[in-house]
Amino acid sequence: MSKKKDETIEYVKNGKRLDGRGLEELRPLKIEAGVLSRADGSCALEWGQNKVVAAVYGPREALPKHIQNPYKALVNFQYRMATFSVPDRKNPRPGRREMEISKISGEALEKAIFLERFPNTTIDVFVEILDSNAGTRVAALAAASVALADAGIPMRDMVSAVGVGKAGGEVILDLNKDEEDAPDAVDIPLAILPRTEEIVLLQMDGLLRPEEWKKAIALGIKGCKQVYGVQKEALRKKYLEAEKEEAEPNTEAAAHGEGE
Amino acid sequence: MEKVNEMAADIVLDLRADKVVESVKQGKRLDGRKFDEYRKITIKHNISENADGSARVTLGETDVIAGVKIVPGDPFPDSPKEGSISVGIEFLPLASPLFETGPPGSEETELARVVDRGIRESKCIDFGELCIEEGKKVWVAYIDMYTMNDDGNLFDASSIAALAALTQARIPKLEIEGDSYKIVKGEYAKKLGLARKPLLCTTTKIAGHLVNDACFAEEKAMEARFSVATTEDGYMSAYQKGGSGSFTAKEIDECIDLAFAKAKEIRKLL
Repeated sequence: MSKKKDETIEYVKNGKRLDGRGLEELRPLKIEAGVLSRADGSCALEWGQNKVVAAVYGPREALPKHIQNPYKALVNFQYRMATFSVPDRKNPRPGRREMEISKISGEALEKAIFLERFPNTTIDVFVEILDSNAGTRVAALAAASVALADAGIPMRDMVSAVGVGKAGGEVILDLNKDEEDAPDAVDIPLAILPRTEEIVLLQMDGLLRPEEWKKAIALGIKGCKQVYGVQKEALRKKYLEAEKEEAEPNTEAAAHGEGE
Repeated sequence: MEKVNEMAADIVLDLRADKVVESVKQGKRLDGRKFDEYRKITIKHNISENADGSARVTLGETDVIAGVKIVPGDPFPDSPKEGSISVGIEFLPLASPLFETGPPGSEETELARVVDRGIRESKCIDFGELCIEEGKKVWVAYIDMYTMNDDGNLFDASSIAALAALTQARIPKLEIEGDSYKIVKGEYAKKLGLARKPLLCTTTKIAGHLVNDACFAEEKAMEARFSVATTEDGYMSAYQKGGSGSFTAKEIDECIDLAFAKAKEIRKLL
């Protein structure tokens, strides 16, 4: 919570950040689609130290019945942090922060999914954070989006997400924990539909000037598109593998996960 | 409440939402307001004698109460010299047929956290000033809000109420004896004091148009909302996008301009 770090730290020096990255550089991002056999769709994502697993179940009947919407599917997004995923043990009970993140992340996905095709159903999206170092909510959303595509759920576009913000007086992409703890830190989680650049998730905390925002949003959209590239590649890879397995029908793995 | 009534109410709301959309498409709002126009705002201070600061705010028919209690508490281990704030809201069932008694839901949690961030991140309260004894005791300002009537835009109404209560808030007098910290009832050491006045301004998107201070019927028709907390010295301290729709970057810029302009007007009422 507290943002008091050593005020003498130079967060940016000669265009390099504490961890050696440039101002507009993402941490290493690795995404793999289809990692859990029971789920309809799933994704494992590693982004710097952040480690996330997402699973999608559905569309399936929404229960209890009175929550059903006769016009469209519900999106039930659950962002959870494992107790060991933060420096001090986290209380296993979902807290206010997780509740808020779950709500707005679900809303961010709603715009991307053709919900009206699945009345009275729910699409359950479960994301578990296994390790964290700032930016877990955008990691969760990026993973969830790949898991949805992996589940074969019809979508207008992917949802691509990134953290952008400010530390040490500079607007930077993909803040890590040290940067988020800077005395002047500003954290802006952002998610867009990359094809149209429509903003589906946007939060900010810290002290920000409108001029700085203009820089941040341009950088954030650029960052989201980079993430989009990695997301697409993960899906492409999975389907190329599936295709290969189809060509050799004696492998067992080709049987599940497909065509539902 | 009976399910039948609930369903009937739902249908009426859907019909009203259709009317809202139709009207906005023609450049009008059902109550005749301009797209960026707020309803009448009233602020009443000191509505509770026992609170260390309190206010009741109405925004048209929307009605929210905020009360502050400042009490000695334990500091966080990573900030032994700093006090803190805690913001909560309860959607009381007396305020709407749709509110139910029970633990805070996701709407309440989101609202409280956004109001909290707007205040906290603006650094309007110097947490260092709230230290009683380093590593042992600090002041914690609890800002608790209750809805009285929900006719939409609870975000902005709550933000105004919280700030109005904070501007009044006083830190109690404290008697320290060894390890015991006792508040002297009814006596105060000093005013809490605010370095800035952060206020939230929420813009909704209805039928592709940006509309401020949505009433309940308009909220039912909105695609998305975007809230910005601004300060009088040109900073923004919180953003929050909600709802299933989206905004373009250009629309966000418009929302930011609106937020600065509207908060400036509202600040005069405090």
